[in-house]
Amino acid sequence: MSRTLTIEPVTRIEGHARITLQLGESGAVEDARFHLTQFRGFEKFCEGRPYREMPALTARTCGICPVSHILASNKACDLLLSVTIPPTGEKLRRIMNLAQLTQSHALSFFHLSSPDLLLGWDADPATRNIFGVMRQDPALAKDGIRLRQIGQTIIETLGGKKIHPTWVVPGGVSEALTQDERLAMLKLIPEGLEIAKRTYAFFKTLVPKFKDEVDHFGTMPTLFLSLVSPKGYLEHYDGLLRIKDAKGRIIEDMVPPHEYERLIGEAVEDFSYMKFPYYKPHGYPTGIYRVGPLARLNNAEACGTPYADVALAEFRMLQESGPITSSFHYHYARLVEIIYALEMMDRLLKDPDILDTRVRARARSNRSEGIGVAEAPRGTLMHHYRIDDAGLITRVNLIIATGHNNLAMNQSIRQVADAYVDGNNLREGMLNRVEAVIRCYDPCLSCASHAFGQMPLAIELKDASGRLVDRLIRGA
Amino acid sequence: MSMTSKIKVATTWLDGCSGCHMSFLDMDERLIELVQAVDIVYSPLVDAKQLPEVVDVGILEGSVSSEEDVQKAREFRQHCRILVSLGDCAVNGNVPAMRNHFKLKDVIERGYLETATLQPQIPTRSVPALLPVVKPLHGVVEVDVFVPGCPPHADAIWYVLSELIAGRMPDPSSVTRFGA
Ligand code: SF4
Repeated sequence: MSRTLTIEPVTRIEGHARITLQLGESGAVEDARFHLTQFRGFEKFCEGRPYREMPALTARTCGICPVSHILASNKACDLLLSVTIPPTGEKLRRIMNLAQLTQSHALSFFHLSSPDLLLGWDADPATRNIFGVMRQDPALAKDGIRLRQIGQTIIETLGGKKIHPTWVVPGGVSEALTQDERLAMLKLIPEGLEIAKRTYAFFKTLVPKFKDEVDHFGTMPTLFLSLVSPKGYLEHYDGLLRIKDAKGRIIEDMVPPHEYERLIGEAVEDFSYMKFPYYKPHGYPTGIYRVGPLARLNNAEACGTPYADVALAEFRMLQESGPITSSFHYHYARLVEIIYALEMMDRLLKDPDILDTRVRARARSNRSEGIGVAEAPRGTLMHHYRIDDAGLITRVNLIIATGHNNLAMNQSIRQVADAYVDGNNLREGMLNRVEAVIRCYDPCLSCASHAFGQMPLAIELKDASGRLVDRLIRGA
Repeated sequence: MSMTSKIKVATTWLDGCSGCHMSFLDMDERLIELVQAVDIVYSPLVDAKQLPEVVDVGILEGSVSSEEDVQKAREFRQHCRILVSLGDCAVNGNVPAMRNHFKLKDVIERGYLETATLQPQIPTRSVPALLPVVKPLHGVVEVDVFVPGCPPHADAIWYVLSELIAGRMPDPSSVTRFGA
């Protein structure tokens, strides 16, 4: 009797999804699928809008990483203006991006994933959440809240608002930094860095306990895509595209981001509102690749800041050779990136030119096409616009960070389901592991939906005729 | 306060960007205080997936864009004594409702047929059907408290919850506005 097992909704992730597992006669998993269940339609409804609205509009794809959309969008608009933005304007944008990286990674690690890591995969689902962590390990929960707050406060100091700020504009930023604001932000960094280092040191002690998960949470060979700086260093705001293969060979390097269409194609499957990007030269689905913190650290020669480089060297030792394969180590990479972000913000805020008042280049639209690419917390984000002579949008394409990982997320849940799910003896913790591998990728599905689902999680076992044979309800 | 006297709060997102939930988290250290008085019994932030029979306060973010959203909104209305419409998407449709200027067919075709490189097709399996017209929350169920803002500031959410915990009906118009 073959059965379908549905996990819905997937919780402690951002957005609406369900997972279905096809079980064969023997109870073994025959297929596993990750379904995105929300659809937005930005590509169409932005048509006819003035291009200057695009940053504020596309920010609303995501409340966790609005800054990434704001930056990719404004970079596309910079190109429409055909201007080079003033260096201080660029540095200020970089600070906001790094602040977002800090808050978003803190959210992923502390608020969403730490309950699994601290309380255990099989812990009582009623308390397996950040509020449970507040009771069990109040110091760690407070660290997480504070670290996220530091990132959000820096965004607010620069942009006037924690979520959906409007300070970044085509050509630069709307207002220069004041000395008071600079000092206020600089004051936050040592505390943030201390929390980040403490968490990193603690996480390192946890990793050996999760050997089994490390071995089964998405270890398939894939390519890795990210931006790198012209020197090949870790880069989030600008830079050039690099792709490494599973053996660590660089197969594409220093590709200007506007050539993304040569590298990336998008396929559609009938079971998800999320498209399936793939590396075009390898075809679909062989051209599977991963993006985000794991890919960025695998691709970077170095971080370029002192403590993060020490951590990067330790990250490389997680495996004997080659790029780090296990998606479990997204958590590790995220913590390294938080350290980097704080160190880098400190450096930028201390830059002698950071108070320069020339922060914006002014122009009208001087070109009909603009492509803006940045590294969002979850990976490479691409905004591609065309406008008419009046400056109204005629065409929009968005390739969203989470989308790039779609093939990898689908293969990862299959691997975890194969390793942990026994259809004849279904237990809650098995299914939480299937969800936990998704949490490693920290997907942002309201982004990826350019589409969301919260229903009681009922895992239903149905036989081939659709008759309910077993039902397990979580948190009931 | 004993467990039994805690106020039961449920939250979820319909068609939104999660920004309103992030603003909820922006209450920061006040969250620790909040959970002294409140039990988050159902939310994307917790694993309990069954909406309890009786919930004191239900909070919904996002507009109503798919059949699943309608179902969730109705379910919240049915189980929650007080229903809060959080953020501009829930209150007036906001950005998601911008697709109402177009035919649903055209919006979907742009997303899955015209911008696809391979296998252009419209997803239909295991995904909810989309409504032809996006609606605000009160377009499908009765709402008790409207909290505009995109997103409403954490202080506004704190105010609304504090009033509800104290047994009073909040008046959010003094602390937030559309587009805030
Ligand atoms: S109101 Fe604004 S912040 Fe809230 S879900 Fe809608 S777009 Fe996001």
